[in-house]
Amino acid sequence: MSHAASLPPVLAMVIALLAVLGAALALIGAVGLLRLETFYERIHPPTMCTTLGLGLTLIASMLLFSALESRPVFHEVVIAVFMVVTTPVTFMLLVRAARHRDRADSHDPVVRRKQGDSTRGNPRE
Amino acid sequence: MSSTVLNTALLIAQVLVALAMICATFRLLRGPRAQDRVLALDTLYVNTMLLVLIFGMREASAVYFEAALLIGMLGFVSSAALAKFLLRGELIE
Repeated sequence: MSHAASLPPVLAMVIALLAVLGAALALIGAVGLLRLETFYERIHPPTMCTTLGLGLTLIASMLLFSALESRPVFHEVVIAVFMVVTTPVTFMLLVRAARHRDRADSHDPVVRRKQGDSTRGNPRE
Repeated sequence: MSSTVLNTALLIAQVLVALAMICATFRLLRGPRAQDRVLALDTLYVNTMLLVLIFGMREASAVYFEAALLIGMLGFVSSAALAKFLLRGELIE
């Protein structure tokens, strides 16, 4: 990667830190998606991927391209605005669908969890 | 010096995002219900977008930004369509 040799070292460190932090937050979100018990808990961690993970990576990308092209580059803001608008819409639709399906199956996952019974043993999966 | 730091950091970031995609794929395969699979698919496309962005930073070309934007738009449409299908399919039953 010879093009980055012209970058100031401090800026390179900042970009590296932001990129690794964003990717680590995306990983934490995915691990939360894998490990939590019920669907209504599981819907929370992926928002970390879309807000913090994507946001930090987009800031790193903006800094890198601004330094490489030696002019301010702002087109990554388009992705950030788009994701901020669309993610809540998707998840609200999904939660509404999940609530509807749970009511149709006449079981409340919150109550089941308090009884020490997760949705894993559900015969109608 | 700054090029090695940046290259190593972007490689580490790519590995972390790939691990996140593996976690989402496990959730996609395991379920247990359809809404979990839709949620895993949503996470998977966001992580793909991150991977494409980081790859674009490594290659230092602006083409990958447009690919990431396309992935984001198509992913939103597919997730919203799947959620609507889950809602409506049960209504018909």
